[in-house]
Amino acid sequence: MSGAEVVTMLDLAALEAAASAVPDPELPVVTLGDLGIVRGVSVADDGAIEVRITPTFVGCPATEAIAADVRRAVAARAPHAEVRTRMVMSPAWSTDWISGDGRRKLAEHGIAPPHAGARQGGGPVAVAIGRRPASPSPSPHPPTQIRAAGIAARQACPRCGSYDTRELSAFGSTPCQSLRACRACGEPFGAIKSL
Amino acid sequence: MSAVVDSALVGQYALQLGDDALILSHRLSEWCAHSPELEEDVALANLALDLLGQARTLLTYAGSLEGAGRSEDDLAFLRTERDFRNVLLVEQPNGDFAVTIARQLYFATYQSELYAALCDSADPELAALAAKAVKEVAYHRDHAVQWTLRLGDGTEESHRRMQAGLDRLWPYTAELFTPDPVTAELVESDVAVDPRTLRPAWEASVAGVIEAATLTMPADGWQPRGGREGRHSEGFGLLLGEMQALHRQYPGAKW
Repeated sequence: MSGAEVVTMLDLAALEAAASAVPDPELPVVTLGDLGIVRGVSVADDGAIEVRITPTFVGCPATEAIAADVRRAVAARAPHAEVRTRMVMSPAWSTDWISGDGRRKLAEHGIAPPHAGARQGGGPVAVAIGRRPASPSPSPHPPTQIRAAGIAARQACPRCGSYDTRELSAFGSTPCQSLRACRACGEPFGAIKSL
Repeated sequence: MSAVVDSALVGQYALQLGDDALILSHRLSEWCAHSPELEEDVALANLALDLLGQARTLLTYAGSLEGAGRSEDDLAFLRTERDFRNVLLVEQPNGDFAVTIARQLYFATYQSELYAALCDSADPELAALAAKAVKEVAYHRDHAVQWTLRLGDGTEESHRRMQAGLDRLWPYTAELFTPDPVTAELVESDVAVDPRTLRPAWEASVAGVIEAATLTMPADGWQPRGGREGRHSEGFGLLLGEMQALHRQYPGAKW
């Protein structure tokens, strides 16, 4: 019996659930489903089961561990089929893919989640300084706009809830985190970067 | 797309972009454990990691289009100097911290303009990578801008060093906007971005930062080129020697 024959639509949904339930290797309090990393499961032409996953950051070193964990979890549910993972870039992952449940779990773990809809309002925020020369073409960063440090995200302290926090560094312990500190309770904390 | 695109040519273009990312990644990784402060050590390593991720994607793609069965590792570790297609700017030695920041300011501003334009590429793989990477590179540029402001508008000594860094690397920026034959041909089929079109926005952006940092725009003069044809600067061989030594001694080493 080939892989394709044993897999029904119902099975695919179950396999996607199994892949989604895998904990993130760096942030095991959240699952790959919470983070929005699993993009779907299908049967390839050769009968193999293919799980599509997307990276948070292109160079995230956890990506390979994630792929291996996913293959293991899915293979446990489909022992007779070949299981593969495929990395998809499009549509690009952003922090908006993190579920409400995921945000809650991150906060409980002491990591400030990105605010909902961060993609629209987050990321390096531009503020105008200096003179404005003629802008010759649309640009991701108009010439006189320089982001003011610290207002990149109005992020609450995951410990005491205060919004009186500052950015220590835009780069933290994993590619997807920045390093912040709370002025109210004094604690440093990691925060998911708005992307 | 009007005509059938030569996939081997797209592979060469991906190789150029991938080599830029790979070599700058390696230069930045040289700062690991040598940065002025701990947060900066983490920051520079993160920048290097982002670029390495972009390089892996681009080199894998280049290898697949070449059709000779070369993997990302084969391309990164088993080519010699003359086979690398990166611009000279990214291979320039780190110098002091201000020189590194000047290189970052010039290159990250260029790369974010490039990726923003490449999002509209007729090649779906390049467009998807660009859409992902443009958001990462926004953080790289922001990092360079903050440091340029801080050093330029800081002490007399930091101002002097930042200016020296900008002046030293300015000549290498001309190459970023010089079209090579591969790129020129792919611009015709909407796959590649014409680098000349990036220059006005790049220059206006860099000038705005330099002015805000109380620094002076360097003057044009000597304009070294040749990276896209495989003619590199003297220190490049040493960089490759370090980057490739392990893989060449222990092919396929894993740990």
